[in-house]
Amino acid sequence: MAVIEHAARGGLAPAWFERIPPAWWVVGFVMLLMPAFANSFWLFQVFGWTFILGIIALSLMFLAGYGGMVSLVQMTVAGVGGYMVAILGPSGVETISLGLAWWLYIPLAIIIAAVFGTVVGALAVRTEGIYTIMITLAIAAAFFYFARQNYVIFNGYTGFNLILPPQLFGIDWRQPVPFYYLSLGCAVLAYAAVVYVSRSPFGLALQGVRDNPRRMAALGFNVTAHRIAAYAFASVLASIGGILLVWQNAQISPGTVGIPAVIDILVIAVVGGLRRPIGPFIGALIYILLRTFTPDILSSFGLSTERFKLLIGLGFLAVVFFSPDGVLGLWDRWRARMRRRDPLTGREAE
Amino acid sequence: MQDYVRRHPIWSVIIALVAAVILWLILAPWPPGLEEAMGRKRIFLNAIFSGITLGALYFLIATGFTLIFGLMRNVNLAHGSLYLLGGYLGFEISEATGWWLLAFPLVFLIVALIGVVLQHQVFRRMEGEELRQTMVTIGLSVVLADIMLWIWGGQSYTILAPQWLSGPMELPIISGVDRSGEYSYLRYPQVRIVILIAAIVMGIAMWVVLNRTKLGMLIRAGVDDREMLTASGIRIQYVFLAVFAFGAGLAGIGGIVGGTFQSLSPGEDTRFLLASLVVVIVGGMGSIPGAALGALIIGLAEQIGLVYAPTYSVVFTFLIMAAVLAFRPQGLLGSRR
Repeated sequence: MAVIEHAARGGLAPAWFERIPPAWWVVGFVMLLMPAFANSFWLFQVFGWTFILGIIALSLMFLAGYGGMVSLVQMTVAGVGGYMVAILGPSGVETISLGLAWWLYIPLAIIIAAVFGTVVGALAVRTEGIYTIMITLAIAAAFFYFARQNYVIFNGYTGFNLILPPQLFGIDWRQPVPFYYLSLGCAVLAYAAVVYVSRSPFGLALQGVRDNPRRMAALGFNVTAHRIAAYAFASVLASIGGILLVWQNAQISPGTVGIPAVIDILVIAVVGGLRRPIGPFIGALIYILLRTFTPDILSSFGLSTERFKLLIGLGFLAVVFFSPDGVLGLWDRWRARMRRRDPLTGREAE
Repeated sequence: MQDYVRRHPIWSVIIALVAAVILWLILAPWPPGLEEAMGRKRIFLNAIFSGITLGALYFLIATGFTLIFGLMRNVNLAHGSLYLLGGYLGFEISEATGWWLLAFPLVFLIVALIGVVLQHQVFRRMEGEELRQTMVTIGLSVVLADIMLWIWGGQSYTILAPQWLSGPMELPIISGVDRSGEYSYLRYPQVRIVILIAAIVMGIAMWVVLNRTKLGMLIRAGVDDREMLTASGIRIQYVFLAVFAFGAGLAGIGGIVGGTFQSLSPGEDTRFLLASLVVVIVGGMGSIPGAALGALIIGLAEQIGLVYAPTYSVVFTFLIMAAVLAFRPQGLLGSRR
């Protein structure tokens, strides 16, 4: 859209880096230089988690925001990716893990998770709206119970431990600073991929399908194929997030893909906002900050430190009750109020 | 039914054959070869009966869910929380008064009242916005789950059935043959049989109310065409409130039943929410016979799976759901919208 506006105004179109707003430059520099002034707790526990959960929530945002399909299965897809890394690569459970080379098991994990996500998507796109939510929720629960009961492949209740990222280029990628840059890089790539795809012909067609599937079908677009392809793309994103998640934790168990975790991803995406791909990352940062610091806040008020879920739930309830677009929606509304224009004169009002 | 037979002759024959085989398996004494292949007959019978009684419990919970969704298009994902809350309240009441039966009307009233508040304060504000309803009820269920964890803690509770209901009863069904050639009969927990009968009576009563009364006529009309009903001057808000309260109360009663059958602990709310989701997806949204059929199928699949393939028992349930979705997306008895 921005390109068209500039062309219409005439004159030279500015170079691509001139079109990036200053705020983005600031955020970018702060993110890159973060290790210089943040300690390893912030790098690893706060920002590492933010990027990882942000990527998984981003895949939900892509489906919900551009495709109009709210899928609760994205955390499960991420879990499949993580489990595949544990099963195909090295882990502490030597009886099951195959210990393949990193260049084999990482792509394989992503492919398997993407196939899983696409098959689920093929099932889910047969339904609409609330039915999609129910079916993906049910599938997510099925995977959780299956992983918990299956000891041959998924090692049941205990899951896998000691899953470490490969030592590439002589760097231990699980140290705070390298892991920070690894997750930051993946998050930026995922963000850029979503922005790029959303402006590509496929992304535009997908948004058309979201707004009016019958018209798009009449125009000759294959609605079902577009929706399934959206699931495939989102599954790749989710699986990358899942692999990082496993490396961060160094373990994976059925609890990783349990219903609370599935709901958390929805909470993150909705609180951040489903309209723009930056929303999930904002939501993830809020979620992580709340999760990290509410115990301290609650105990300073003399409350039990375990009521973190209650606080998150109430916050989520408030956001969905008053602003369906999440924090980003609140921000947009606030900006719109700041520069409200007079409808008659077109001038900015007081 | 005759209509169905006329339209799908092959399927009716297959269904009749399967039903006959199952009936024979239940009623007849098993020949020795079969016992070797499938284990003791008592185990099979127990799985079948547990499945049917579990189905009765699922039916109680899923009917409320499906009625509320079918009539009002209200997506109440806090339905599982109402179940768990009903269970905890039932536990407290039956512990305090010592009357198990008293818990049922009291819990029904309390949870129905909560349902009325929910309908009035939450759902009426976001009519027609299904996604927002989903999100808000998910948020509500998170909050309710944490409050219940706060009050009742993480341990599990079991509601004790009263003296006159506890213990097994003998059913006129042969469970095996002794060496001396005498038949032994199936013994099964009495309380489960009573609750199964209660659920069947409840289901029939609901069918009668829905199909033979004016209120039922209004509800059915509302499920099929809400706009038309509103346009013809019916105070549909009151029908909504009544149905919502009834559905919520059923979930609360289901909590007592669930607490008597099994146990109550954090996490049961999502388990039963998912069970009712799967039941109504299989049976068809908004259809009471569908909920009954779906509950029976899912309960049986779960229990038979638990006995014969413990690792994969959960997967069976979801395979059934996936198969139904693949061939009949509107559910077995659902109507195409």
